[in-house]
Amino acid sequence: MISDYFLLGFKNLKRRGIRSWLTLLGIFIGIATVVALISLGQGLQAAVNAQFGVSSTEVITIQAGGLTYGPPGSGVVNPLTTGDVDAIEKLDTVELAIARNMPTTKIEFNDIVNFGTSVSVPSGDDRDFVYEAMEIEPEAGRLLKDTDTQKVMLGYNFYSESTSFEKPIRPGNSIMLQDKEFDVVGITEKKGSFILDNVVYVNDAALEDLMDYGDEVDIVVAKVKHKELMDRAKEDIEDVLRQRRDVDKGEEDFTVETPEAAMETVNQVLAGVQIFVILIASISILVGAIGIVNTMTTSVIERKKEIGIMKAVGAKNSDVFMQFFVEAGLLGFIGGLAGIIMGLIIGFSGIIAINGFIGAEIKPVINLFLIFGALIGSFLIGSISGIIPAMRAAKQHPVEALRD
Amino acid sequence: MAKKISKKVDKKDIQKGPREIIRLKDVAKYYGWGHSLIKAVDAMNISVREGEFVSIMGPSGSGKSTSMNLVGTLDVPTKGKIYLDNEDISYLTESELAQIRGRKIGFIFQQFNLIPNLTALENVMLPMMFQGADEYERKKRATELLREIGLGPRTTHYPGQLSGGEQQRVAIARSLSNDPDVILADEPTGNLDSHTGELVLKFLNRLNDKGKTIVMITHDSSLALKHSDIIFWIRDGKLQKVTKKVGGKWKSIPRR
Repeated sequence: MISDYFLLGFKNLKRRGIRSWLTLLGIFIGIATVVALISLGQGLQAAVNAQFGVSSTEVITIQAGGLTYGPPGSGVVNPLTTGDVDAIEKLDTVELAIARNMPTTKIEFNDIVNFGTSVSVPSGDDRDFVYEAMEIEPEAGRLLKDTDTQKVMLGYNFYSESTSFEKPIRPGNSIMLQDKEFDVVGITEKKGSFILDNVVYVNDAALEDLMDYGDEVDIVVAKVKHKELMDRAKEDIEDVLRQRRDVDKGEEDFTVETPEAAMETVNQVLAGVQIFVILIASISILVGAIGIVNTMTTSVIERKKEIGIMKAVGAKNSDVFMQFFVEAGLLGFIGGLAGIIMGLIIGFSGIIAINGFIGAEIKPVINLFLIFGALIGSFLIGSISGIIPAMRAAKQHPVEALRD
Repeated sequence: MAKKISKKVDKKDIQKGPREIIRLKDVAKYYGWGHSLIKAVDAMNISVREGEFVSIMGPSGSGKSTSMNLVGTLDVPTKGKIYLDNEDISYLTESELAQIRGRKIGFIFQQFNLIPNLTALENVMLPMMFQGADEYERKKRATELLREIGLGPRTTHYPGQLSGGEQQRVAIARSLSNDPDVILADEPTGNLDSHTGELVLKFLNRLNDKGKTIVMITHDSSLALKHSDIIFWIRDGKLQKVTKKVGGKWKSIPRR
């Protein structure tokens, strides 16, 4: 019997005018938004993580606090020093600590002058660790080596057609850095990060020579001996820096950030965005539900005679109720189904775009639970919206309905 | 099922002779109240026995449609009692009446009243759906009925694709789908030309010959006189007289 209501419902929906279908836009947009957002979730997270350079899970980043107007850690009142780096490296929980400097430098190529960030690359094993932790691979040419002097490696954006130097810089070209000539040995793979794709990598000694930053350090990157020691290492680093910088607990003028914390920050931002989008989607679905109430109410008025006929041939009130209830559910279901398809298309396209942008290989995931949930949800939204119109239909007096 | 929910009839109300299928006893139907009270039907006594072809005759506004609604269990009386197959159905709930109606009464309307987005076959199948018949059974019987009525090749046509006469034949097939005791035809030829109307009435006569009880509501005395056995003449909501065809001649008989 219930399948008969569905069959009749489909038949009735088929003859509906465009007016009825337009009322589904709300459900369509709402469900499409939710499905797209959830499908994109993983990709969005990866994209944002790439922007922040969050990757390795065994690395702690330390930088001096305070207001800065340049790259991270630079231009602060009380910068970190090489002494801090040594002290951190001596900790039991830390395997190695690397000083990173990232000053703003004058870059000249093709007779065009720009200002950008140069990043120091340490020598020896530390270099390997930096390359590994930052997942740096050459796109063209090669990576910087210890023996390179007056040589640089560039982020991916210098290599692209849209570079601000009007033509791509290739390995073998020379650029002027702080008015000194440097040969480009390689270009790093695309990271999808505005920071990392726009930096000039310079060997530590060469950059120190160029910028004369003495014992000041912008960022300290510490590798923890074990993943499990992450929290302890963080506490140890905080302790030693508090001592060295003579600050009390709670008044630190530096930050020690674990990848989890960085991820958490990113996720918090993402969660905020998601809540906002879901709120808008909910409003959209509510509007859709009101649309279904409206269209079903109109339908009851338009099909009054049909209700009379159904009752004349033996339909009970519950039969008429079920017919309209199922039809309203089907309306919601169709809106939801279209929304799911659109949401998946948006989600998949988004992931393909993100993959292209950050050079990642995130695989789009078809979340069956999400799809079934959304389908059942949209049917329920439709049918619940149809309750009052269906009750009105069921209460029609057969004589009055037939007179229509 | 209907027997469980209906009240038993008073013994004194049961008449002798062929089985009484419908009985309206002192039935009244009023609309409105106070000064605007309209007595659509008042003190109506109608009795229909099994196998009869009965016409309820009267001019427009005489109360014959209200009588049909009451006989067809589409409405409940303000006063009086209605018996269907000796069961008192006067004050059952709408859903209880719907069940009884679906099983015992088949309707044929002046406007055909087919559901436009269902095919001829589906329209005929519909009453069986409300009686819980399975799809195979419904399809089989509906196809059979449409073939019997000469619409075998038209089963997949929608009402809009059928002529008036064909639509009325689909309605006749639909009225028979649950094999009811009574066929209630409300001005069945009102929207048809005289030739098609005559054909439809011949169908009804044929059904009557096979033992179905027919109650026809009409304002056309020539139709009533030609096709029925008994005529209930109604005027101003009241029964004026009852005539019966005896040996080819119409005679007034006592109200029953």
